[in-house]
Amino acid sequence: MFRYVRLFGVQLRTSLLLMMQYRVDFLLDAAMSLFWTGSALVPLLVLFGKRDSVVGWSWPEALLVVAWFTLLKGILNGAIHPALQSVVEHIRKGTLDFVLLKPADAQFLVSTARFELWRGADVVGGLLLLGWALVEMKLVPSVGAVVTTAALLAGAVAILYSLWIFVISLAFVTVKVDNLTYLFESIYDAGRWPASIYRGFLSFLFTFVIPLALMTTWPALAILGRLEPAQVILALGAAVAFSVAARLVWRTSIRHYTSAGG
Amino acid sequence: MSRAAELKRAWPTMLRVGFASAVAYRGEFLVWLLSTNMPLVMLLLWSAVAKEAPVGRFGEAEFIAYFLATLVVRMLTGAWVGWELNFEIRQGTLGMRLLKPIHPFLVWAADNLAAQPLRALIALPIAVGALLWVGSGQLSGDAINWVVLPFSIFAAWLITFFANAMIGTIAFYWESSMSVFGLWMGLYFVLAGYTIPLELLPPWLLAVARWLPFRFLLSYPVELILGLVSGRDLWIGLAVQWAWVGFFFAAAQASWKAGLRRFAAYGG
Repeated sequence: MFRYVRLFGVQLRTSLLLMMQYRVDFLLDAAMSLFWTGSALVPLLVLFGKRDSVVGWSWPEALLVVAWFTLLKGILNGAIHPALQSVVEHIRKGTLDFVLLKPADAQFLVSTARFELWRGADVVGGLLLLGWALVEMKLVPSVGAVVTTAALLAGAVAILYSLWIFVISLAFVTVKVDNLTYLFESIYDAGRWPASIYRGFLSFLFTFVIPLALMTTWPALAILGRLEPAQVILALGAAVAFSVAARLVWRTSIRHYTSAGG
Repeated sequence: MSRAAELKRAWPTMLRVGFASAVAYRGEFLVWLLSTNMPLVMLLLWSAVAKEAPVGRFGEAEFIAYFLATLVVRMLTGAWVGWELNFEIRQGTLGMRLLKPIHPFLVWAADNLAAQPLRALIALPIAVGALLWVGSGQLSGDAINWVVLPFSIFAAWLITFFANAMIGTIAFYWESSMSVFGLWMGLYFVLAGYTIPLELLPPWLLAVARWLPFRFLLSYPVELILGLVSGRDLWIGLAVQWAWVGFFFAAAQASWKAGLRRFAAYGG
């Protein structure tokens, strides 16, 4: 176990060193992420400029959802996406062999292979939005609410990571998944708004299949103290289920890896 | 043979090649199109909002019509030359294109245009479905709007193409030019009417957005379809749109020519 902690440290340091080489890109990318977050807020700002509540959400409450969405997006772009993107590259070139030969778990190795911290500027953006929303509501969340929210967010990261593993696993079959990840990102965008705008089939889809509601809306409800205990259990259960499924899918995919590449 | 005659001979072949490649990679192509789902998400948000009470002159049906029209126009005006240009400049593979006796912009234009029939194939059912869903009452009843529409959509495609090409050529001068795309898209989301109908923007922002190129990439053709623009404004809009076509054409050409002198074709 300790070996993996150390390994994680080494991987992180390598990424950091790489990052320091591209300082200008670091600043540009960070600025761009914050700009995008700002520009995506415009429709919401306009909307709440015209009325006080939308589908049962007030402005600061909706802002909370955007905050969690932005934070998760930062984690996705900074930690999950770059690493798993390099897996696709490995599969295409056949260099995944070298990873598989190493005396450590392959899924761990590829998942921690690359961190692009500059893309994680959204994490800061998300926290800023969170602060803004809390100040606007003059809300000091209870300790219980904070703990629940943190747990839900950890679960959300696990789900996001698992979904990405599913997408990446397709690369073992189709080799090219660049645009699949792009498609998934565009679907993830739907998590920006409170889940109650989705009805019928979409509501089902975004709660149970691609559980965006669990990832952004529920943590927002949790910090407001409005989430039922049953929902908390459901969300964390889903996170565990997704993680297990991701592990199984990964193992199956690896078994089908033919190393053709080249 | 004159340049024009050569072009006339080569162009249909280039279009055929472009179309064939779009068909060959139809799976990938479909996924790209599916990724253009932002208008649908915005449709859900705004129509949920309008269910409670209309926003300005936009009720639920108006929002549905607006975002479906947005989706259709967006699909018909796609261009991705900038990304390819950027990639080829940095990889040095642009050299291969320079050897051919035809301006690379024309090759890319053929390539991007040739995909339009396939895109229209997807866009058309959406348009018809939308018509059945919200009823034809949302559409402009003015014949002028429909006469102007094809020219406006073509102009929107031209601006998209040349603006894209211009941003792509920045790679000649600056390694991190991809971030300019980010900036462009971020502005596009708000100022082209992609996530919110322009007329709902605060007045000061609307006053600027009316004249910026972004409106003419998307919002203006949509306004034509829905009859949100008419009379004098319609003609002013069309004139400004074609002025932007001229501007981006000239800018892309100038940036291309100047950049080419610096091009060293490393790598590749």
